[in-house]
Amino acid sequence: MKHVDEYRDGRLARALAERIADAASRGGGRYHFMEFCGGHTHAISRYGLEDLLPESVQLIHGPGCPVCVLPVGRIDSAIRLAERPEVTLCTYGDMLRVPGSRGVSLLRARAAGADVRMIYSAADAVELARAEPHREVVLFAIGFETTTPPTALAIRLAERLGVKNFTVFCNHVLTPSAIQNILESPEVRELGRVRIDGFIGPSHVSTIIGSTPYEFFAEEFAKPVVIAGFEPLDVLQAVHMLIRQVNDGRHEVEIQYGRAVRPEGNEHAKADVAELFELRKSFEWRGLGTVPYSALRLKRAYAQFDAERRFELEDLPGREVPGCQCGAVLRGVKRPPDCKLFGTVCTPETPMGSCMVSSEGACAAHWTYKRFREPRPAALAEGGA
Amino acid sequence: MNRPARRPLDIRAGRVELAHGAGGNAMAQLIAQVFQPALDNEWLRRGNDQAAFDVDSRRMVMTTDGYVISPLFFPGGDIGSLAVHGTVNDISMAGAVPRYLSASFILEEGFALADLERIARSMGEAAREAGVPVVTGDTKVVERGKADGVFICTTGIGVVPPGIDVSVERARPGDQILLSGSLGDHGVAIMSCRHDLRFETELTSDSAPLHALVAAMVAAGGTALHAMRDPTRGGLAATLNEIAHQAGVGIHLRESAIPIKPAVAAACELLGLDPLHVANEGKLVAFVAPEAAQAVLEAMRAQPLGRDAALIGEAVADPHRFVQMTTGFGGGRIVDWIAGEQLPRIC
Repeated sequence: MKHVDEYRDGRLARALAERIADAASRGGGRYHFMEFCGGHTHAISRYGLEDLLPESVQLIHGPGCPVCVLPVGRIDSAIRLAERPEVTLCTYGDMLRVPGSRGVSLLRARAAGADVRMIYSAADAVELARAEPHREVVLFAIGFETTTPPTALAIRLAERLGVKNFTVFCNHVLTPSAIQNILESPEVRELGRVRIDGFIGPSHVSTIIGSTPYEFFAEEFAKPVVIAGFEPLDVLQAVHMLIRQVNDGRHEVEIQYGRAVRPEGNEHAKADVAELFELRKSFEWRGLGTVPYSALRLKRAYAQFDAERRFELEDLPGREVPGCQCGAVLRGVKRPPDCKLFGTVCTPETPMGSCMVSSEGACAAHWTYKRFREPRPAALAEGGA
Repeated sequence: MNRPARRPLDIRAGRVELAHGAGGNAMAQLIAQVFQPALDNEWLRRGNDQAAFDVDSRRMVMTTDGYVISPLFFPGGDIGSLAVHGTVNDISMAGAVPRYLSASFILEEGFALADLERIARSMGEAAREAGVPVVTGDTKVVERGKADGVFICTTGIGVVPPGIDVSVERARPGDQILLSGSLGDHGVAIMSCRHDLRFETELTSDSAPLHALVAAMVAAGGTALHAMRDPTRGGLAATLNEIAHQAGVGIHLRESAIPIKPAVAAACELLGLDPLHVANEGKLVAFVAPEAAQAVLEAMRAQPLGRDAALIGEAVADPHRFVQMTTGFGGGRIVDWIAGEQLPRIC
């Protein structure tokens, strides 16, 4: 397949792996890099990239999985919305399976009678609102900077077409504030329990926001960032670039994903988002807790499209499943197999925590592609049945 | 005939009515005008509620399957041909020769008779092509909204040649794993014409009867042919995990050996799917003792439906029964069951 196969070439991979091993042995130390994005986590697991890295290079999964970081309370709010008789709630596939409080997901709510629809693009929700004018169609919008512009365009479309029965339950979050929060967390900063020597920076997110937003914390926290594509060779090359920065004592923002990312990002998309959305003072993230200025909401001028205003939604205090370690996994403090629920009661079939739901979640990726690497209790051996 | 005369069915513009399933004259007319001509054979012609036939074997296989696919017509087939192929294939996977089918139709009130006739004809053609007659059937009609057009259940029986014992628990460490052709054609063809996805592709479903391919494999491999299964829903990944669990073996695959068409790979890339999870309706995977693997592979390649057959891996001793794969990239990973539902009503 053109434009894909060349980034999955096994021969090139082996050559690059040799250069990585070379650079790592020249540096002599150990390297701990966090890949922020779930897309990277998935590529690393799916292609078995860790098999190609020397033992001295460790990859730590970060929180960049949009369905993983949404707190239980927001999922409960979405379920309450979907349960209203006049509401049709639309969202992306993975979101349907994420358990809220007491393990109830949107999928379960649907089985119990709620009108929940899976969509492939935000514009589909506007189409649905036009086709079913007697329904209140709510787009349960989630995701990082990549999915915000499509939500903005959907609202613009609804405005232009005069669609009155379409609103957005906005849960869009911001990448740079989350990275900064991780670097400021006590585990990284004071306790030194998690060592992070650099970041593999987001690929699709950076096509929108560019590379400049990362410059502040690369400088402030002296951590190199390499913005990398989601193909396996992209990831390997980024690891090589990070090792070279560490060896040279540099902490710069470099772009490996030059075929899609420009330093200034996508000005059109940024302008659309800036016109419709404003920063929330704070937002709760699963795992990271309350992070200041880390999420977006609709501006007052677009209040008619804001589901939180139209349905007077309150913040619900969500309850995590006892024992679930998604929070620690999302911060890189624990690895998926460190959680007692992992692979026993929590599997992709019956997820207890959000990290087990999406294929980009650290737990799901580990379970699906890598569990053969773990010395395991008997329960794990059964797998998948 | 003691039945009152009725006007012939308006197949071009008519629709299924509740009376067509009520056991009365209307139902007899539907059977006589739609099903009988399409599926015609000596057993149906006798008009009994069952079919009687002689069987020349001590060992028989029987299987049943329900077909609820959406859409009913898709590139490369429809629910009628699929209902024949799927059941013929389930019988063939025991190394058996399929002999007879039954068909049960559940129709939704209001379903276009023209579509029903098209489906029945397609079913008749598929049955004739496979040499497996539909010898008995049943028709029910449910109220509008209680079904989606038409659901079909087919049951099949077949006979097993003497000495042949193909069964999933017979897979053992050392067995070579043969795949009959490229993966994912059916699932991607279906997805391409689903209302909410809809993309353009020249791909067609691989829906096909596999009994001739199986007969060639049985002739070449005999008792060395240990296990076979057709990777339908859940794709090759689900099928291999089922076999690993039932036989108590591990499986090692080589990704670079697995045939996948560029169009399927591209669609999966776009939709975020793993081709190993995508459904097939005309492929099989076989576990063969190593000494016979080459002969069986060559026999497969000599058949039209096995032209692209490939040796994709082997069974190994593994108490964890993992299905593992060396990726084209050089790393290792698990090939897992798909979690949840990739796409409902794929067959």
